[in-house]
Amino acid sequence: MKQEIHEKSIDTASQAMLWKAREEGMETVWDRYEKQLPQCGFGQLGVCCRNCNMGPCRIDPFGEGADKGVCGATADIIVARNLLRMIAAGAAAHSDHARDAVLTFKKMSEGKAGSYKIKDETKLLSIALEYGIPAEGKRCEEVAAELAHALLLEFGKQDGNLLCAKRAPGPRLKLWTELGIEPRGIDREIVECMHRTHMGVDNNATHILLQGLRTGLSDGWGGSMIATDVQDILFGTPQPRRSTVNLGVLSREKINVIVHGHEPILSEMIVEAAEDPELLKLAQEKGAIGINVAGICCTGNETLMRHGTPIVGTFLQQELAVITGAVEAMVVDVQCIMPSLGELTGCYHTKFISTSPKADFPNTLRMEFHEDRAYEIAKEIVRAAIENFPNRIPEKVNIPEEKRECMVGFSVEAILSALGGSPDPLIEAIKSGAVWGIGAVVGCNNIKVMHNYGHVTLVKELIKNNVLVVTTGCNAIACAEAGLLLPEAAELAGDGLKTVCKALGIPPVLHMGSCVDISRILLISSALANRLGVDISDLPAAAAAPEWMSEKAVSIGAYVVSSGVFTVLGTVPPVLGSQAVTALLTKDLNSVVGASFAVEPDPFKAADLMLEHIDEKRKALGLESRR
Amino acid sequence: MKDVMIRPERCLGCQSCEIACAVAHSKSKNLFSALEENPASKRRISVEYLPGPEISIPITCHHCEDAPCVSVCPTKALSQDSITSIITHNPERCVDCWTCSTVCSRFVSLYQLILVMGCWTSSMNHNRGVINRQAEAGIKCDLCEGRYLPACVEACPTHALIFTEVNDI
Ligand code: SF4
Ligand code: SF4
Ligand code: SF4
Ligand code: SF4
Repeated sequence: MKQEIHEKSIDTASQAMLWKAREEGMETVWDRYEKQLPQCGFGQLGVCCRNCNMGPCRIDPFGEGADKGVCGATADIIVARNLLRMIAAGAAAHSDHARDAVLTFKKMSEGKAGSYKIKDETKLLSIALEYGIPAEGKRCEEVAAELAHALLLEFGKQDGNLLCAKRAPGPRLKLWTELGIEPRGIDREIVECMHRTHMGVDNNATHILLQGLRTGLSDGWGGSMIATDVQDILFGTPQPRRSTVNLGVLSREKINVIVHGHEPILSEMIVEAAEDPELLKLAQEKGAIGINVAGICCTGNETLMRHGTPIVGTFLQQELAVITGAVEAMVVDVQCIMPSLGELTGCYHTKFISTSPKADFPNTLRMEFHEDRAYEIAKEIVRAAIENFPNRIPEKVNIPEEKRECMVGFSVEAILSALGGSPDPLIEAIKSGAVWGIGAVVGCNNIKVMHNYGHVTLVKELIKNNVLVVTTGCNAIACAEAGLLLPEAAELAGDGLKTVCKALGIPPVLHMGSCVDISRILLISSALANRLGVDISDLPAAAAAPEWMSEKAVSIGAYVVSSGVFTVLGTVPPVLGSQAVTALLTKDLNSVVGASFAVEPDPFKAADLMLEHIDEKRKALGLESRR
Repeated sequence: MKDVMIRPERCLGCQSCEIACAVAHSKSKNLFSALEENPASKRRISVEYLPGPEISIPITCHHCEDAPCVSVCPTKALSQDSITSIITHNPERCVDCWTCSTVCSRFVSLYQLILVMGCWTSSMNHNRGVINRQAEAGIKCDLCEGRYLPACVEACPTHALIFTEVNDI
């Protein structure tokens, strides 16, 4: 199955870099995928178990061979356990990120992380209030210290439930309690997943999956939400601003420093260090006209949302960025960083700098990051990039022209203020049918889908049908590259949505942040549901992850569906080996949490599924339901 | 003539070849949809475990027209149906001389491996078992008619199965 370059990505800048890679003999993720084909059927169906050393065991999906593992586990059990482990890993990734944000916040409040300060006092005070921390007569740092303490307790909580989850609408919270899936301590849910999937513990597929939902909820309404809150307090709540995206943001004359990964804790400092007069002077001495910090993946989204720092690309563009030959330093923290970057950066002058105490990769320059010396370390990193500028090999430099402007920064606060302070105008627009519904489109790139095709096609279909799209993560970057994050993109929307966007001066696709910021989508859904006096599952809303690949996406799927939002997956999750689990996820969940999953690789059909769902919900609310 | 060759020393026992074969012989030719077909698609290759040397080997019989194994078999333990060309093996007549395996292009490398490892009967029992099971089910390896590369060969991650000119071996 040899793919032509134009079949690998819809983005011409990426295609250009794929040609360059071919000419220079560089291996990319597309080549490695080809070598993996055909992929293992047991793995794709989820029917392989390695949870104990009597295994590995696998079930013959065609019924001729083994129908049970050595211990007697059936396909249903094995598939459910494997899925639970994926959810646990995803929730762990988001929540451990959150923990680090809170720890930084704590050190800041104790005066042990001098580079950080409180940027959003209003948010600090409102969240402190929610956690029952009185603020009167206290300095901000004191409030912060108490809040940090309260937040840390949420991770190791042994009694009671997560406080953040109380932000969900009343009926939703009640449903979770009745089902026994109201999330408890964040770490506890993850640990319990690992316990339950150990050999000989939980062997009932439905029972296993309920724990999956609870663990997902501890991520969405716990870890991810805490990460968003704390990062807003520390770095500022995003407000609408403009920036640029795609490989063309790399500069010929400036030092290019790419921040890639997921956390803003270091990248915030790098953005600051890049404006340090001392370093700017050094850059000039080395022959550059400045320092260009640009992002990839969610670290990129975090700095984009708060500073308008440009973005180089999505997950599948990380290697292509290096292939431009113009990157002085690829600075990474955690998550979604391809280990292949080690070998690849070695073929150019690029320094591959790993910074997280948790994550290292082949051939990196280790510059471990610690909050107490945050700014100094950031400066050292930027300095390493500057020193590397003279090593650029001019013959190897080829930066694509393509870059697109975008409007970003739509936190819940920003959306409400664009609406004039309350969700009512949006509710009116939904009632009148001008805005037919809300579509949350999120998630990664997956090599199994033509790069960005799933994202962009689906989102275009939705806005054409007057569905206001909210987006995060790589979907947001893909939409930005396609020019959909501009108020002008309203021209691509249906008449109703077009009018609304023009009146408010907003794009038809609202960039709400990084993947942990899907918590913002949960909160805006709650606000709408509360205002309408209904549950989230009654809203004319649907979600999709057209090109998902990571375990984090599985955890997200679990909490989005358990929060009551119908979700369409664009790539097939490894569950089809069990009919019971498949039926549960795609049908039976409806009668449990009022929403379910669908799998639909064709983005046009996926849009139809979402629209049909929205139609039904409109009908149930007594709104016009024929498009 | 090209045929599937088995390189038993490379087989890791993952059974990918079995799944690929079943999918290639399903109506939809798609893993996910094939699961729902009734009757279930049948594979024509079996990964068998040899307890002696503790290895797994993929076994598949083409039930060749003018099968050489049949013509060399000294005791007529192997016989061929003249219309369907299906081969059957009669264990009562078999004297374990292994002559058949030395002429079968698929099994010859296996035969050599077995010679080196010195575990006579177990493997032959498996070969014949598969041949007879296929005969009973009325299926055979059809070399994936219509495909450029046989599905099992394409699927094998370690290239334990290759598709090559018989004379090259
Ligand atoms: S837990 Fe059961 S199915 Fe899994 S490897 Fe062990 S024996 Fe096999
Ligand atoms: S054993 Fe070998 S030679 Fe005999 S019919 Fe089968 S594939 Fe052909
Ligand atoms: S060549 Fe085709 S029919 Fe024969 S065993 Fe391999 S996959 Fe099955
Ligand atoms: S696919 Fe290859 S390695 Fe796997 S069982 Fe078949 S022959 Fe052996």
